[in-house]
Amino acid sequence: MKIGILALQGAFLEHEHMLQRLETDYFEIRQKKDLEQQMDGFIIPGGESTVMGKLLKELDMFEILRDRILSGLPVFGTCAGLILLAKEVEDNPTYFGSMNIRVKRNAYGRQLGSFYTQQDFAGIGVIPMSFIRAPYIAEAYEGVQILAWADGKIVAARQGNQLVTAFHPEVNEDVRVHQYFLDMISR
Amino acid sequence: MEENRYELNKQLAQMLKGGVIMDVTTPEQAKIAEEAGACAVMALERIPADIRAAGGVSRMSDPKMIKGIQQAVSIPVMAKCRIGHFMEARILEAIEIDYIDESEVLSPADDIYHINKHDFKVPFVCGARDLGEALRRIGEGASMIRTKGEPGTGDVVQAVRHMRAMNAEIRRIQNLRADELFEAAKQLQVPAELVQYVHEHGKPPVVNFAAGGVATPADAALMMHLGAEGVFVGSGIFKSGNPEKRAAAIVKAVANYNDAGMLAELSADLGEAMVGINEQEIRLLMAERGK
Repeated sequence: MKIGILALQGAFLEHEHMLQRLETDYFEIRQKKDLEQQMDGFIIPGGESTVMGKLLKELDMFEILRDRILSGLPVFGTCAGLILLAKEVEDNPTYFGSMNIRVKRNAYGRQLGSFYTQQDFAGIGVIPMSFIRAPYIAEAYEGVQILAWADGKIVAARQGNQLVTAFHPEVNEDVRVHQYFLDMISR
Repeated sequence: MEENRYELNKQLAQMLKGGVIMDVTTPEQAKIAEEAGACAVMALERIPADIRAAGGVSRMSDPKMIKGIQQAVSIPVMAKCRIGHFMEARILEAIEIDYIDESEVLSPADDIYHINKHDFKVPFVCGARDLGEALRRIGEGASMIRTKGEPGTGDVVQAVRHMRAMNAEIRRIQNLRADELFEAAKQLQVPAELVQYVHEHGKPPVVNFAAGGVATPADAALMMHLGAEGVFVGSGIFKSGNPEKRAAAIVKAVANYNDAGMLAELSADLGEAMVGINEQEIRLLMAERGK
């Protein structure tokens, strides 16, 4: 199994470290020719969604990736990745629009609103969650399975082969959400 | 809880990695920067090149001006306070700035003490010329580091010098025996735990960006190759002939710093770069402020 990690901006190295710990192969996606490789799963890291969205388009990768996601390529988006996958983003542009959710960006305000908590994640148990200028899922529409709540908001969800978290499993030591994604691919 | 706050502040810097943070002086410039792909903006009344030209005492920017920029963009907004001026920092914290740059670009308010950054909830980035300065700032609570470079010059030589100096010292620390680390901490005038961290991990415990004199896509790519985790561009963008195009090109250069073919395309037809000043031609070395 080989995972492609979007490496245009943000915390992509942290995702690579998680996959190293899970002894899973990966490669970085920085430009169109990187997409020629065989890819069993795709990770969109935390960072700035505006930066990644713009670069995906200008580097001619956006449509290829959108088509593959819509055809069922397993994808895992954290924070900015969640925003890129959402069908609706309040007061902000949308990108892949493949996941049936409405998202509020910068939902907790500026950095002083960033917080850490530990909450239950369906099928995994209690996990650490770092929210950094994070979004939340304001509404999950049809076909979306809610996986975690924090502070009364939906913060993790799944729809078919798509997994999203509003927090950053890549910055803490716990590998279980990444394992969950790899299990999604193998099944 | 407070330990979590420091972790969260370091993690925000992690999210900025691989990105370009641009100096802006107006909401309009902030929007141009965001649209060009900046991962954050630094709000300030005058960019370093103009601070240099104007001379005199340079202070924290007007909070009203900073708020205008906060309202104009959705990406993180940073602002500068003077070295040691913890009340300017309190004011920036009160307007919920995302990151404070305790910066040598402004006139220092204290020629001995830096701000005790552990006292704040808001994160700080600080400049450093070498590993000792970097670890001293981290010891004081900085959650992100940048090279000092020589701001407002368009001359990258000092940023290169600082990044190379930092990396050379990191390699030296990595090669020491465990019982030699205490002496290294003494020489560097930094806490021993931080030297131990560098020994084990081969990097400082916080994100390290390049700053000071970056003016072209090639400059940005050079700094990434030398180990920067992202780039600040100050005067280089809005002092150039075509800010939109240059800003977008630098963003792409940072994302694809390994691809010389793409860098060649990005470097073409950018219009005039900012007029540089060589290090030898300037009287005020901002990098000498705050050690």
